[in-house]
Amino acid sequence: MLSKNNEYDVIIIGGGATGAGTARDCAMRGLKTLIVERLDFTAGATGRNHGLLHSGARYASTDKESAEECIKENMILRRIASHCVDETDGLFITLPEDDLNFQKSFVEACLQSGIKADIIDPKEALLLEPSVNPELIGAVRVPDGSIDPFRLTISNIVDAQRHGADVLTYHELTDFIFDGTSIVGVKLHDKAGNRTVEYRSKVTINAGGIWGYKIAKMAGATVNMMPSKGSLLIMGHRINNMVINRCRKPADADILVPGDTVCVIGTTSTKVPHEEVDLIRPTADEVDILLREGEKLAPALAYTRILRAYSGVRPLVASDDDPSGRSISRGIVCLDHETRDGISGFITITGGKLITYRLMAEWATDLACKKLGVNAKCQTADICLPGSEKHKDDNAPHTTAYKAAESRHGSLTNKITTGDNYSDSLICECEGVSVGEVNYAINELHVHNMINLRRRTRVGMGTCQGELCSCRAAGLLANSHGCSQRAKEDLASFLNERWKGIAPIAWGESLSEAQFTSWIYEGVCGLSLTNNEDIQ
Amino acid sequence: MDKKIALNISTSNFEQCLKCTICTVYCPVSAVNPDYPGPKQAGPDNERMRLKNADFYDKSLKHCLNCKRCEVACPSNVKIGDIIQAARIKYSTDKPKLRDMILANTDIVGTMASTFAPIVNTVVGMKPVKMIMDKTLAIDHHRTFPKYSSQRFESWYKKQAADQDKFDKHISYFHGCYVNYNFPKLGKDLVKILNAIGYGVHLLEKEKCCGVALISNGLIDQAKRQALLNTESIRKSVKEQGRTVLGTSSTCIFTLRDEYHHLLDIDNEDIKDGIELATRFIFRLIDSEDVKLAFRDDYKARIAYHTPCHMEKLGWAIYSTSLMRMIPGVQLTMLDSQCCGIAGTYGFKKENYEVSQKIGETIFKQIETLQPDFVATDCETCKWQIEMSTSVEVQNPISIIADALDVEKTMKLNKVNL
Repeated sequence: MLSKNNEYDVIIIGGGATGAGTARDCAMRGLKTLIVERLDFTAGATGRNHGLLHSGARYASTDKESAEECIKENMILRRIASHCVDETDGLFITLPEDDLNFQKSFVEACLQSGIKADIIDPKEALLLEPSVNPELIGAVRVPDGSIDPFRLTISNIVDAQRHGADVLTYHELTDFIFDGTSIVGVKLHDKAGNRTVEYRSKVTINAGGIWGYKIAKMAGATVNMMPSKGSLLIMGHRINNMVINRCRKPADADILVPGDTVCVIGTTSTKVPHEEVDLIRPTADEVDILLREGEKLAPALAYTRILRAYSGVRPLVASDDDPSGRSISRGIVCLDHETRDGISGFITITGGKLITYRLMAEWATDLACKKLGVNAKCQTADICLPGSEKHKDDNAPHTTAYKAAESRHGSLTNKITTGDNYSDSLICECEGVSVGEVNYAINELHVHNMINLRRRTRVGMGTCQGELCSCRAAGLLANSHGCSQRAKEDLASFLNERWKGIAPIAWGESLSEAQFTSWIYEGVCGLSLTNNEDIQ
Repeated sequence: MDKKIALNISTSNFEQCLKCTICTVYCPVSAVNPDYPGPKQAGPDNERMRLKNADFYDKSLKHCLNCKRCEVACPSNVKIGDIIQAARIKYSTDKPKLRDMILANTDIVGTMASTFAPIVNTVVGMKPVKMIMDKTLAIDHHRTFPKYSSQRFESWYKKQAADQDKFDKHISYFHGCYVNYNFPKLGKDLVKILNAIGYGVHLLEKEKCCGVALISNGLIDQAKRQALLNTESIRKSVKEQGRTVLGTSSTCIFTLRDEYHHLLDIDNEDIKDGIELATRFIFRLIDSEDVKLAFRDDYKARIAYHTPCHMEKLGWAIYSTSLMRMIPGVQLTMLDSQCCGIAGTYGFKKENYEVSQKIGETIFKQIETLQPDFVATDCETCKWQIEMSTSVEVQNPISIIADALDVEKTMKLNKVNL
């Protein structure tokens, strides 16, 4: 499957949205491409954010350049990634405690950046979005939306592969291969095979997000990155159908984003040292802040079940010493280490945001092409991603699971076996994931374990957080890799991973549910969950 | 601030589901119809999806009988049946068919049919007519329509009304369509018992069909109009006249008390406790030693009691059975509590006939094995189903009490002098 001589034009390090997007762009421009990821796709910041399709309005007042990039990419993604996008629109609301004067300058800044921003009557806002705080005194409607980063990333990977790219997950960079001052390849630790492998390339692109700091360091370059931790909460169901933001200077817990069957309140912002980026967890204080402030956006938040809490690290490139990490530019940083540090064949693409991943990929690929002397135009803004291609709706009455699968895989749903009782039976009842969908993911979407499967399908992301679906999914995985012991260990570590996110909000129904889950697996099935590392 | 709110504990009832799936185990439909996703999925699971996108409404929700056995089974108190019915009301785009309107409008159909009772009874009982109804209206030809009575209960009552004022204590009687059009004897039996213990029986100022069939057939606006009218009449009786409203049908009473509030959004909290099943009312009077019943020595019967679904939901079967057990000559057996399959108008529909009979199968077998003198149950549609599907006659507990009652002795015991 992989290149015969392990030789590529370009190797991309990092399987987040940016890396996946860069792999797609490179492959589409005819470059022989390999993307490597130390864990699973979307395991870093890509899978740990709001899933907000920014209109750019939030940055309009402070960072016009970012705002303009946002709105432009926002419109592109609606077109090329329609199956990952929910065009909900968003509201920026002013509450009695906020300064209504901010609204005027906010709208002006939006319009200057090309972002549609309509001041609407608070009563109209309540009609549009009944969950919004009824005490609001002002509202602006903007073209915000939500985007599913898991689908977006895997769709880029699928397309990169269609264009000939090779893909390696669970391969961690251990060293670069130098030829003088040029980087000519990478040494990787293959975690499954527990061996070291080498791949050579003319250009290596560092798309490691916050981990890009260490990757650059390994190459001998210093990128001044500042890890900024943000925590978020996932609520049990969709409270709101429009994104709700506070119309004021960005602060804690001021965005509520509806995404698929849930909604997400976030975020906080805390500076963390580089050594801790793999260890971050939401704290009790952060949960308190998120609930206290979130309730002001939508009072229903106060009496809605919380599914879990999680934290991500923003890969901000520090340009000043702002301690909150918020007024830092969200702009894209594309570094040519040849001109900057004298290391040829090495590029770092960082900064930016989820929504500008495509533009970041374009910049990095432009630079790679320049280095390789390839003259090919970027087409990623024009050609739809797999899943977002136009497909016929046969108007047949579909099962709930089929409808749910279609909302996740778009036009690729036709790859899912359906129509017989076994394939149509449900693995995950909360999210409507069928046997057919799980098998499709296992066979075609780089699924090696339960966590991979969750990111590709939403198995275990629903109300029960794996209580009913995980044993069924583990069974299908065992069928596929043929090792029930491995499946059992995978099941235990998956349940522990689920608990990790429940622990910070473990009260009420979520605690009862977790207790019921442990009773089923530990009590009834005799599965040992306690030997696992991730238990607090 | 509410303590509950501060703790962020969900008040969205569907989120209290812990996915234990006990409801699906107890669902009579899930057991026999693989097309129905079961209460857990149809209710709390899919509610999340419907909140995401109304397109996730699944037409198979029409298979729900609204028996509420899922709610009885749920250890987390999730109103699963209500969630499913509410989703049907909110999202279903299916228009009720002519057949559904005929079955649901028990009032109008009852008025017409009882006027021409002998003709109607003969005609709808004829095989060719049953076949025509089967083919044109999709009302299953296996079904036997309940016979209509020539004299309505209301007409009979008018002649008794004056006598009822002579009593010291009074109640109102929500007779329902069945007693009015099909089986006035049940109403007369109730009057007999209540008079014997010193209660005068009165009708509500206005009474319309409780609307249970309108709700299940999707005629929500009409159901709401009737519910409002009934609720006003009941309020007047309970609040102004101080008269508890009694019924002899568990489904009517359940609808008036609970479904009006849960499904039709009618606020009746203030009068809910004033709506009672007659057996419960009488049992509690006896239990508090306010009244006594005396029974005939020569009354002997082997009775099997069938718990209607709504009786199970109300938790009131114990009142009807305890009352019957007071009769010295009664030997009472409890049948397994499970749905008989009729679910009001559901079983009359051709497309549901097979499922309906499958659901009731084990209970029919149990009855045939026991061979009781008769089956007792508090619901008229259960009666039709069991009588059609077994060789045993079915009676309402009130009729059994009335038959076994020694009226003179009871009047004496309660010092009723007229």
